[in-house]
This record gives sequence, C-alpha cells and structure tokens, in this order.
Amino acid sequence: MELSYRQINRDLLKTMEPPGRLYYVVLGLDILVLLWGIFAWIYQIRTGIGVTGLNNPVGWGAYIATFVFWIGIAHSGTLISAILFLFRCRWRNPIYRTAEAMTVFALMTAGLYPIIHLGRPWLFYWLFPYAQEGHLWINFRSPLIWDVFAVGTYLIVSCVFFFTGLVPDLAVVRDQADGWRRKIYGFLAQGWQGTDRQWRHYGSAYLFLAALATPLVVSVHSIVSWDFAMSVVPGWHSTIFAPYFVAGAIHSGLAMVLTILIPMRRILGLKGYITELHLENLGKLIILTGLIMAYSYGAEFFIAWYSGNIFERETFLYRAFGDYAVAFWIMLIFNAVVPLLFVFGKIRAWFFLWFLLFAKLLPVVSLTEVKELAPPPVKGVSP
Amino acid sequence: MSGEMVRVLGIFAHLDSFTQAIRQMQHLGYRDLTAFSPVPRHEIEEALEAGRSPVRLFTLVGGILGGVTALILTIASSLHYPLITGGKPIVSIPPFLVIVFELVILFGSLATILGMLINIRLPRIRLEAAYDPTFSEDRFGLWVGCRPDENERVRDILRGAGAEEVRHEGR
Repeated sequence: MELSYRQINRDLLKTMEPPGRLYYVVLGLDILVLLWGIFAWIYQIRTGIGVTGLNNPVGWGAYIATFVFWIGIAHSGTLISAILFLFRCRWRNPIYRTAEAMTVFALMTAGLYPIIHLGRPWLFYWLFPYAQEGHLWINFRSPLIWDVFAVGTYLIVSCVFFFTGLVPDLAVVRDQADGWRRKIYGFLAQGWQGTDRQWRHYGSAYLFLAALATPLVVSVHSIVSWDFAMSVVPGWHSTIFAPYFVAGAIHSGLAMVLTILIPMRRILGLKGYITELHLENLGKLIILTGLIMAYSYGAEFFIAWYSGNIFERETFLYRAFGDYAVAFWIMLIFNAVVPLLFVFGKIRAWFFLWFLLFAKLLPVVSLTEVKELAPPPVKGVSP
Repeated sequence: MSGEMVRVLGIFAHLDSFTQAIRQMQHLGYRDLTAFSPVPRHEIEEALEAGRSPVRLFTLVGGILGGVTALILTIASSLHYPLITGGKPIVSIPPFLVIVFELVILFGSLATILGMLINIRLPRIRLEAAYDPTFSEDRFGLWVGCRPDENERVRDILRGAGAEEVRHEGR
C-alpha cells in the first residue's frame, strides 16, 4: 500500500461527504423499527412483564439472551482495538475504528435489555451502591450487582478508549472543514495539534488503556456467564462457563465485524484500505474461536455424562434431542463446523489448525501467526 | 534565560530532513523545541530525547485507589447492615474481589485519561500561533525558541536542513 499522507486524508474524509437518498431511506426504516420497539415496551409496561413469557419459574427469557448476545458482540471490538494493539498487529489499524464503534454501540444496546427486563424500569437505580431504605445497601454477593459494575465499567472504558482514539482524527477533520463544522469539530478535537509532547503522552495513555481494556473484556463476559453459572439450575451450574462465554462472545463478534466491514468497504469505497488481508485474518481468528467453541460444547457434554448427575445428563439430552433440538443443531453446526470451512484452500491455515488442535497455547500461537502475516510498518498505514 | 524570545517555525515535507533538523538544533543547544507531526513517529521522539511519559504513574495510582475504594465500599456497606444472604459470611471476600477488579480497571482508566489531559494541557481553546492545518495532513513543523539575535542563524539552519518554508511566529 503506497499511499501518501495527503491521499489518505482525501480518501478517508470522503466517507463523511453528504450521503445519498438511500442512506435516508435506511435511516428512516431504522427509526421505524425503533418506534415499533418503543410501542412494544409501552405495551409491556402497561400490561406486565408476563407478556414476554417471563414468569415463575422462567426467570431468564429473550431479554437476557439478547443482553448476552450484544455484550458478546461488543467483545470482539475490544479484541481488535486493544488486544491486537498490545500484540502489535499492524493489520488491525484500518479496521479497528469500525470494530470499536461496534463495541460502544453494542454495549449501549446491551445495557437497555436488563433494564427492560426489570419490568419496572424506573426503579433501575436500586442497583446502584447507595444507602437505601433503612440504610440497606445493595447485595455485593449477588451476580446481578457484579453485572452492573462489570457492564458499567466496560461501557465507560470503551467510550473513553473510543474517544481517545478519535481525537487526532477529529483534528484532521477540523483542519479540513470550515464554518460551523469547523467550530464543532474544533470543540471535539479539544485543541489537538499533534505536537511531540501530545503524541508522547497520548501514546502512553493509549497503551495503558489498551492494557486495562484487555483483562476487562475477559472479566466482563466471565461475570455475565456467572449470572447463570452461580445458579443451581442443571445445565448451567458449571465452571466452564467463563472461558466458554468469552470465546463465544469473540466468535460471534468477529462475525459481526465481518458483516459490517464487507458491505462498508464496498459502499464507502475503502477497498484500498480494508483489503483481502484483513478479511482473511479475521477469518483465521474465527477458525480459532470456532475451535474453542467446539471444544467447549464437547467438554460440556462430557462433564454432563461424567458427573453421573442424572439431572445434568437429562438436561443435555433434552437440549440435543428435545423440543429445541433444531435450534441446538443449528447452533452447533454454524458455530463449530461451518467456520472450519475458512481453512480450505490454504495450506498455511492447515498448519494453523493442527497447532490449534495439539498445542494448548492457543491464543499465543495464533496471534503470532497472524502477526507474521501483517505488513511491515509502512509509512501511512495508520489512518 | 530571560528577556525577549522569538520563535521560528520551519515546515518540512520529509521525515528524515525533519529529524535531522531536530538533531542539529539539539546539538547546537536549543532546548525550546516543539515538533508538530501528523502521525506519531519514534524517530521524532528519539531525536528529541524525550523521557518516559509520567502517565503511567497516574494509571498506577488510579488503579490502587479503585481497589481500595471497592474494598471499603463492599466491606463497610456489608458490615453497616449485616444481613445474611445465601448462608454466606457477611464479609465474603471472593465475590467482593469481582467488584475490586472492576473498580481497579475503571479508576485506572479514568486516571490514565486525566493524566494524559494534564500532561498535554488539554482541553485548550486556542491553538498555538504556529499551528498550521497542514500539520494534520502531511507536513512536519519544528518550532524553535531563540534569542532575537540568533533569529537569522536559526532560520539558516532550518533552511539548510531542508525546510520548505521558514517563518517567524512570535508569542
């Protein structure tokens, strides 16, 4: 990629030009869907939480599943923006902004669902740590409270990380704009001017934020998984849940990153920046997480059998052959088998597969592998 | 170091001539140097012989503060209203560690940002007089503070090092 700095500015700022009519049509459709959601929520509040099928003993329903889904989606954004940054994967640079934006928006979406799930959403502040009625404080032994702290921290840290990364870019926009746009972007850029002093402290702060975000990601989905694992419900009370959820989160999130990137590079004309290499590397990461998922599914069934606990065993048999068998097999095939198709046509990727199967140092091996593929630092790779 | 200071700005198109100019200025004893660049480059940092950023200290202090806050919050609030739930001790450390971990990260991150803002004096309303919009595009700028009688000499050095444009920017 031989691009001059000026060319990069020109190409990438083009994405901010006024959109066509189609953009407004899609935006309008989105707003319609949102209005439908608001209508449904009002109906639920007026009628009661029972309309969603939540009842005793069904305490977890579509809302909690949706919450876990969106939190999971958020995770791969941080994987790309923070973890690959720490691993010095240069190929991350053109795609990380998209992934990180996805993290922030997915978290904002995820945060809604537990609140809708409350049934009386106006009482959500009961979850905050303060002396309530009769000086009773919140119960720190409850996974629900861990969730509040984990998701809250994740949202704040992701927003901060996202915005910190944006500041130098906002200064570029400021310098190219005029009139009121210049004022707004000037305010957002906070007076950034790219001096050596600014870059030095900025670089340091960014590194530490990445280093803090990395364990945070792992902790957040572990804690979300403990919402379930801390219960004594057969099929859910298991120690494998934390790594299982984290891998699953990154697995689905990577798929979402690809879902966003592939149309985006076409529509916005970014093929020179988001290349085959990026899609290929993301594909490889999906193979890795897919294998971890397959291993987890297997381990889960093995433990259900090996534990000798008949309730546990029956729960798993029910999952595979009961009323929800179709959903179960779709999940298994699409999560664990289909991603392996990414392997074909690449001898190098076959090696990769064997490494994964035999060496237990999974993430380390794969990331260095990916790193080898990354282009050497070329002037102007960072957007 | 008292009296009038003037400032000279040199604008460079190439990174190598730019770092060359910084080295030359360092060598001649000019310490009041500000480098503008569109991307962070280690070459510039090395040429300026910049030390470690103190932001790391903010992170450390923030993290410790977060951990201590979380310990106090969880233990004190549980002791304040001792209510046994789930047959667990009033002060049960393992679940409290979850809160401790999260607050270490939260406070650490916020302190990092605070440290960054303090160290780079942001947010600021006005840009430096020498700031040129091309610095966010593809040009490098070296801003040198010197005594008025050295003005010509500094200009010559900058020009000699390959500056496209040299101008006087006072403050």
